[in-house]
Amino acid sequence: MRRRQRQPAWTEQMNEHTHKQFDAEMEAIRSGVLAMGGLVETQLARAIAVLGDSEADGTMDHVGADERQINQMQVTIDQQCSQIIAKRQPAAIDLRMILTITKIVNDLERIGDEVKKIAYKAVQTRGSDQLTKVRRHDVARAAAHAQEMLQVALDVFARLDAAAAAEVIDRDEEIDAAFHAILRQLISYMMEDPRTITAALEIVFIAKSIERIGDHAKNIAEAVVQVVMGKDVRHASAEQIRAEVAEE
Amino acid sequence: MNFDSVAARTETAAPGLPPMAPKMSIRKLDFFYGNFQGLKDINMDVAQRHVTAFIGPSGCGKSTLLRTLNRMYSLYPGQRAVGEILLDGENILAPGVDINMLRAKVGMVFQKPTPFPMSIYDNIAFGVSLYEQMSQRQMDERVEWALTKAAMWNEAKDKLKQSGMALSGGQQQRLCIARAVAVKPEVLLLDEPTSALDPISTAKIEELITELKEDYTIAIVTHNMQQAARVSDFTAYMYLGELIEFGATDELFLKPKRKETEDYITGRFG
Repeated sequence: MRRRQRQPAWTEQMNEHTHKQFDAEMEAIRSGVLAMGGLVETQLARAIAVLGDSEADGTMDHVGADERQINQMQVTIDQQCSQIIAKRQPAAIDLRMILTITKIVNDLERIGDEVKKIAYKAVQTRGSDQLTKVRRHDVARAAAHAQEMLQVALDVFARLDAAAAAEVIDRDEEIDAAFHAILRQLISYMMEDPRTITAALEIVFIAKSIERIGDHAKNIAEAVVQVVMGKDVRHASAEQIRAEVAEE
Repeated sequence: MNFDSVAARTETAAPGLPPMAPKMSIRKLDFFYGNFQGLKDINMDVAQRHVTAFIGPSGCGKSTLLRTLNRMYSLYPGQRAVGEILLDGENILAPGVDINMLRAKVGMVFQKPTPFPMSIYDNIAFGVSLYEQMSQRQMDERVEWALTKAAMWNEAKDKLKQSGMALSGGQQQRLCIARAVAVKPEVLLLDEPTSALDPISTAKIEELITELKEDYTIAIVTHNMQQAARVSDFTAYMYLGELIEFGATDELFLKPKRKETEDYITGRFG
């Protein structure tokens, strides 16, 4: 998948700090988050390719290497956040941004873990029976959906676009619905023919990981609302968020 | 912004806080240095037994505003205030107000420690004797009480007869606070009380401010925004003689309502 160029909106929306170095440090952290998000997207695209029965060689090696790099990025960005808090005592929007970034990198790292699980199960179930093959395509569609959702969430962060955050939350509901649909179908198969249980359970685990990716993407979008509006919308509905944004 | 909205918001933010009566109410206050207008239509309340901080860039009028609260400006010809400042409902800008009694009620501590060139004991007793007649024993008790309030008693009790000028900067400033407290004022005005002090003395004074607000209404001007965030309950951001934003400190430093305030407190100013 070719990623859209994400232009950081930070400097466009805010005046510069009197300490230019402060701006440089904030920008370095934000760029780091976007780079980390880009890597997670790439990793997810690899896992989806395997789900779609692509015979990509060495997929697990790539996904594993991505995951290690993602973990390292999380550690680095968290460290930069701690340093900027200690050195600059950020307030207001700067503080909200730093606190939010530590949450976002946590979500990205967790997505990386889920992607690794998906890729592992996808490789394991490759070339198995017809049932698994058919269901894998359903799951791959749900995964592509989660991929779009992650992409939008990262765009929301790059542009600090609170209005678009509600869109991500809507999409999460769609992914949750897709997960439950897959689950229901697989339960029917398992009840009809217990020999399918092992294969079907593998697919359930994959679908659950995709559903979790949706949750993490939603967390990222909600965190952006917190940066922009200073309001905690973690337990609000998409409608409530739209109303808050409109009010602002 | 009127006080009602501030109090209402604070109640929603922190249930359990007692309702806050205004100790001082500033209404339509303009201030002039000759022809130059230093303050423009200031309207705000200083909440009783709370700390109100004034922040803003140099020349924004925060010290001017503080100096109107006990009419310190009236020492200087050509400076005048127009409008109302109510202390417990009484306009202190009205003609006929006894300025000495006003300053006994509204005490002030300045940026630079200003101990009198006399003993620690006399630094405190001097002001008290101007307002109250008391026996030597009562005065001893008052000096101990004031020094204790200012977290100075343990350091000063064995050298009460030594000169106040011989103390360190931080001790001198706490002596000045003890001196201001000794006359039992109702309001304490602090004009950048720690800007000449080291970090440890600063921390002691900040701790002291938090203790003093149990008994006194405190207004503080500070260039140190983190200090305002640490010690105050309400913060007023001023710029070019105007009150830009006034609200609960907890809110103002996390999500200010005005972009000008956000720019200032995040270091994006000019």
